[in-house]
Amino acid sequence: MSLAVAVAVVMFVGITLYALFAGADFGGGFWDLFAGSAERGADARALIEHSVAPVWEANHVWLIFVLVVLWTAFPRAFGPIMSTLAMPLTLAAIGIILRGSAFAFRKASIPVETRRFFGAVFALSSVLTPFFLGAVVGGVASGRVPATGTGSLLRSWVNPTSMLGGAMAVVVCAFLAAVYLSADAAARGRADLTDYFARRAIGAGVVAGVVAAVGVVVLHADARHLFHHLTGRALPFLLLSVAGGLGTLALVRARQFGIARLSAALAVVAVLWGWAAGQYPYLIVGRLTITAGQGAHATLEALLGAVVVGLLVVAPALAWLLLLTRRGELVEENAHQN
Amino acid sequence: MLAAASAPDLLYARQQMALSLGWHIVIACTGMAFPVIAVFAEWRGQRTGDPVYTQLARSWSKALAVLFAIGAVSGTILSFEFGILWPRWMSTYGDVMGLPFAIEGFAFFTEAIFVGIYLYGWDRLPPRVHLWSGIPIGIAGLASAFFVVAANGFMNTPTGFKVVDGKIVSVHPWAAMFNTSLWPEATHMILAAFIVTGFLVAMPHALALLRGSRDRYRRIGFLIPFAIACAVVPLQIVAGDWAARHVAVHQPVKLAAMEGLGKTTRGAPIHIGGFYTDGHVRFGIEIPDALSFLAFHHTNAVVQGLESVPPADRPPVNVVRFAFQTMVGIGTAMLGLGIWLMLAWRKRRDLPRSRWFYRLALVAGPAAVVALECGWITTEVGRQPWIVYNLMRTRDAVSTASGLRYGYFLLIVVYTALTVGAITVLRRLSRESGEPRAKRGGDLDGSHPASSRTRAASATGEAP
Repeated sequence: MSLAVAVAVVMFVGITLYALFAGADFGGGFWDLFAGSAERGADARALIEHSVAPVWEANHVWLIFVLVVLWTAFPRAFGPIMSTLAMPLTLAAIGIILRGSAFAFRKASIPVETRRFFGAVFALSSVLTPFFLGAVVGGVASGRVPATGTGSLLRSWVNPTSMLGGAMAVVVCAFLAAVYLSADAAARGRADLTDYFARRAIGAGVVAGVVAAVGVVVLHADARHLFHHLTGRALPFLLLSVAGGLGTLALVRARQFGIARLSAALAVVAVLWGWAAGQYPYLIVGRLTITAGQGAHATLEALLGAVVVGLLVVAPALAWLLLLTRRGELVEENAHQN
Repeated sequence: MLAAASAPDLLYARQQMALSLGWHIVIACTGMAFPVIAVFAEWRGQRTGDPVYTQLARSWSKALAVLFAIGAVSGTILSFEFGILWPRWMSTYGDVMGLPFAIEGFAFFTEAIFVGIYLYGWDRLPPRVHLWSGIPIGIAGLASAFFVVAANGFMNTPTGFKVVDGKIVSVHPWAAMFNTSLWPEATHMILAAFIVTGFLVAMPHALALLRGSRDRYRRIGFLIPFAIACAVVPLQIVAGDWAARHVAVHQPVKLAAMEGLGKTTRGAPIHIGGFYTDGHVRFGIEIPDALSFLAFHHTNAVVQGLESVPPADRPPVNVVRFAFQTMVGIGTAMLGLGIWLMLAWRKRRDLPRSRWFYRLALVAGPAAVVALECGWITTEVGRQPWIVYNLMRTRDAVSTASGLRYGYFLLIVVYTALTVGAITVLRRLSRESGEPRAKRGGDLDGSHPASSRTRAASATGEAP
């Protein structure tokens, strides 16, 4: 494996972790949006807020990590991707800002009206942000970004593959969140909420399967390179993803939430690495390969070194945070109720 | 050239960058210094058993939660904008200057993790563990500032690579990161964070003191952040001098713009006030030889003037000069405020009594923010027309996409809403933090803190 490919793998690990962790936080916002009136959805929203609050900022950092690695290691890809996909990226960025701020503002507000307003902003932007990020992926994966300069601002993301990417991102976030939340509810001994989110996990899983099936047709028509490899060398990943998805549905039905979490994560990881395998060796499909887009060798080495040292610092801290969250140590006993 | 076609949108791209960076920098400052202040109060509370400190630390950590959240997300958009607005800059220099950003990513990661633990660990974690969980936030915050400024320092004094036939070769990312601007700039920035945060955090308490509540909660809540800010101001003046002398050597045109010096001059003067036109400052108060002395510590030193470079290579002088003078003026006034506090304290071991002191303390928060923005305007506008000093022009870096202005208009709306939301929520939090004490009467009043365990527990338990 060349140095550039190794760094690309590291970057893709970042994308995977962002999808698994921040994706679930976005999904939390999705279920918040559809939890019904303030009274009826109060319990579900409280559980979502509980699960998301202490971790979302740390989970969000994976996105920054990916961007930073992209421009440091593959500067020639960063410019065209970001400037061509300026519209969905600007909208995603605004979604990220509004979502984080509204979540913090809601937590710090008491009047029901104010909380409802910030809650709506949080929930809505939680759905829109992954959609636009998914659309960005679609633009890159279908080769609509040029190797240099700036491509079409509109067609780069208003196209079948981008719409598929957007829809897929939203559904996957909702699926992950529902599985995680049903596990959280079960751990707290809330049978009502466990059923509530288990039903939604199964629903979202089925919808994700349907979107993926439609996606095969879309990619066949719109992203030939990706389609070709998805049905070739990336096929094992796709099969693994299907198995993980079906397994999750069965496990959720059987109320085995601990393992369901893992198999849901497996389904998502497999689909992401299927995309990576399908796209290889390109950074921008059909335009710019990993080798052609790489930055200075010394920088790649320094970057890998920094990542190793950085992970040595971050990993134990992150493990502690997740452990404390899981053990229920990170709660505010005088937190405002919905 | 392609760049000429996008000239109309260059201005919007620069304005958008200025808006999002200018907005984020204020929040980033609080994210860096506020945890240190809160952890200091918590530590005092555990040391002395005085519940007032703990109560302050808890109420500050609520405000901190809001500020940290909006800081985390408002910083992200800058990463997007590097590519959306300046793709040609990033494509050319991304691998030269990217390393400090990558390291900063991990520093910020560490900060975010411990913020999660610190903010939500008040109730269940043992007090000592909770206090310790706050320490890495401060360290990681300082590290973040250091590495981000390293990237900005690279723009001012690019190094760590060679240009051969227009191509970048022999890249040394570590050398690029440890460029000569790094140390004076990072020091100046980190000290600024403590000044801005200290004065801002003291504001609500200054207001309460001005309105007549003189209880310990308000007095200590005022004194801790305010005294920290005042103590940092003299250090900042020294660091500012260092930074300016560095600019004099490494970015002489920026210094000439800061001072409005047209011709290269031996024994150059400083002008206070006035404006620059036709190569001279008009209506300013002249101090002979002062610029030579300040820039090179020698009254007879030669200072390079703006006319040493072609007009197309000069920054807009009055913007830079006005920003610089405003920053220096505000810094000097803050020094006066600190001296006032120190004299009162030495005389009576107490806060000043004059209402004017608290009125000025109220102004100090916004004034510190203005000084901070002026500092960034000085260094960023002062570098123009270059995005990478003497190597790449800003107009050659901007995206050739049309319609950049619409993104800017959209962001104006978003940031306006965000500002209103943040101020509303923070004001409510600060009002709320004052209420329970008022209801329970003056049990935290007076100079003898009740330090019994039960009292402490009930005070912290009731803190909102």
